[in-house]
Amino acid sequence: MKTTHAALAEKFIANTAQTDWHDRTLWLVRQKRDKAVHTLPEWEILREWASQIKNHTLSQLSEYLSEFEQKAKANGIVVHWAADAEEHNRIIYKIIRKHNIQNIVKSKSMLTEECQLNKYLEQKGIEVVDTDLGERIVQLRKEPPSHIVLPAIHLKKQEVSETFHRYLKTEKGNHDPQYLTEAARQHLRTKFIESQLAITGVNFAVAETGGFVICTNEGNADMGAHIAAVHIACMGIEKIIPKARHLAVFLRLLARSATGQPITTYSSHFQQPGPGQELHIVIVDNGRSKHLGRKDFRNSLKCIRCAACFNTCPVYRKSGGYSYHSSITGPLGAILNPNTDMKASADLPFASTLCGSCSHVCPVKIDIHEQLWKWRQVIVAEGYVSRKKKTGMKIISFVLSRPSFYRFSGKAGRWIMRTFPFLLKNKLNPWFHSREMPEAPKQSFRDWYLKHKP
Amino acid sequence: MKVALFIPCYIDQFYPQVGIATLQLLKRLGCRVSFPLQQSCCGQPMANSGFATRSKGCDNNFIDNFKHFDYIVAPSGSCVLHIKEHLKSETHPEEAAHIRGTIYELCEFLTDILQVEYIKASFPYKVGWHNSCHGQRGLYLSSMSETVSPEFSKPERLLNMVRGLHLSIPRRKDECCGFGGIFCISEEALSVKMGTDRIKEHELNEVDYISSADVSCLMHIEGILKRNKNNIKTIHIAEILNSKL
Ligand code: SF4
Repeated sequence: MKTTHAALAEKFIANTAQTDWHDRTLWLVRQKRDKAVHTLPEWEILREWASQIKNHTLSQLSEYLSEFEQKAKANGIVVHWAADAEEHNRIIYKIIRKHNIQNIVKSKSMLTEECQLNKYLEQKGIEVVDTDLGERIVQLRKEPPSHIVLPAIHLKKQEVSETFHRYLKTEKGNHDPQYLTEAARQHLRTKFIESQLAITGVNFAVAETGGFVICTNEGNADMGAHIAAVHIACMGIEKIIPKARHLAVFLRLLARSATGQPITTYSSHFQQPGPGQELHIVIVDNGRSKHLGRKDFRNSLKCIRCAACFNTCPVYRKSGGYSYHSSITGPLGAILNPNTDMKASADLPFASTLCGSCSHVCPVKIDIHEQLWKWRQVIVAEGYVSRKKKTGMKIISFVLSRPSFYRFSGKAGRWIMRTFPFLLKNKLNPWFHSREMPEAPKQSFRDWYLKHKP
Repeated sequence: MKVALFIPCYIDQFYPQVGIATLQLLKRLGCRVSFPLQQSCCGQPMANSGFATRSKGCDNNFIDNFKHFDYIVAPSGSCVLHIKEHLKSETHPEEAAHIRGTIYELCEFLTDILQVEYIKASFPYKVGWHNSCHGQRGLYLSSMSETVSPEFSKPERLLNMVRGLHLSIPRRKDECCGFGGIFCISEEALSVKMGTDRIKEHELNEVDYISSADVSCLMHIEGILKRNKNNIKTIHIAEILNSKL
């Protein structure tokens, strides 16, 4: 069976209690975000600045990337370039081999998720411990994250408790969040102490300084990077910002949009390797420059991965991350994934009502819902659409563009509905599955108008 | 003021009373209204399904019908937004631009062009308001909960002029109902779930009616209400503004 968003969503919704809980939990995050942004009268100005800074940067990306590389090297950072996921993984593997590293910790990085780094290293017999609490939970369960900021948001504390009981030997049936968090803390503490390599993501890389910033709430990126002898930071080419002072815009937007906090608990600046340490940066393309070349879609590279568009999206809230069947889920995944694999993601831009909430919540003003609309056009033009739908559209457009034909079929349609309502009230009509058909009036508005015209 | 009435295809066919109310209301407010007889559809069903290239026929027909007016008014935010954003013509670009700039959804026309301050209407019921996304976030019929800007709502302002009407705003005041055009068919289960959840809020508020500026949302909500034998009824804002109960 082909797994489409619609089919997976239907499966998710079948559990109403879980769906409602998922919806409520994420709506709560959205409300926290609302509360936080309403404390800043300048919010819309900040969004506009962030958008412009990113637009500007994307327009001269190669220059800023070179500037960054040069400054980073001067700071003693080893800079690597990776054209795709495969190369990114290979670079990291090489560093691991060179130092004969056994113990690896990794803090949250959607890029390594995108590149399937853990799986790659696993196949080589190397284990990576995810140290973000949510990520560790899903890692133990052998699940992918369902949300880019809250990876385990699809799980209730009871499920976490069962997982921890199984893998961390916590008490069976103890669901107390504080107890469970403490258990995770103790478990991860030993991993940190033993670690020889810390892999992290990058939130912002500053061209003018050659340094970068990592934002976390748990401090796990810092803990890893400070203990391990080697630190590898992985970033997509779009993470660049030109100046350090631009952080003043982005750091204010990021945490408020993500969780409603004024700022993440840790916003850590890395400039150079610590004494006796090695610091690497892997700069990854993996389809981004192709994206940059798509005029209608390039500005999705402005994304700062706050996930506000996930939390606001009613489709996401009520269908869960896994219904997007890809590593980047939600509305963001729906506009990013078709770039790299259009066939596999052909259903995703259609998993939206185009309500537009995402575009207005987005702190960097990405026109998400307009891109969803445009992707639909591209997907149809490239032929990733069923023949049935194509024929259907041909007929509809034929009828609707010919007024007399339209009136005739409308009349015929209404007549059929009135006389034989069961004709349409059948299982083949998805509308009718859980909805009544509109009642068919005797006359159309036009019929009425012709009779009552002054 | 020469005003053309645009009655989107599904309103023409299934909800003629909304067209009638819109026409009567505009006339009462002093507009010279005509209804171009060869109109059909704005082309949105094709475009939103990814077949914008197939809406050329609709575009040309639309331009033929509506090129000679000062204003075009329609009781549907969604269709108006589609025309505003996507009506194109290689042969008649100026006419297309004129139409894009002069087409209005009913509530915005009453508020911004006619600048209505008073409407003689009465509707003694509790009405739950549903903000339709395309009208709200596309045409800015009202402020939205996502952005930091002064609060306003053109439809609410109009409804507050109606005698006896008790307006009820749900807690999630601008959450999508799940209609979404092609979405209501291709994502049937999710679409119905979203609609059901919207209805629940209005039920808690014990409304008599759910109203909106878009018939498509109402058609979807009505379908769910009826299937569940729910007594709440749906009504378009034009019908309320034109009612003398
Ligand atoms: S698209 Fe915008 S709202 Fe969504 S994750 Fe990226 S920055 Fe945040």
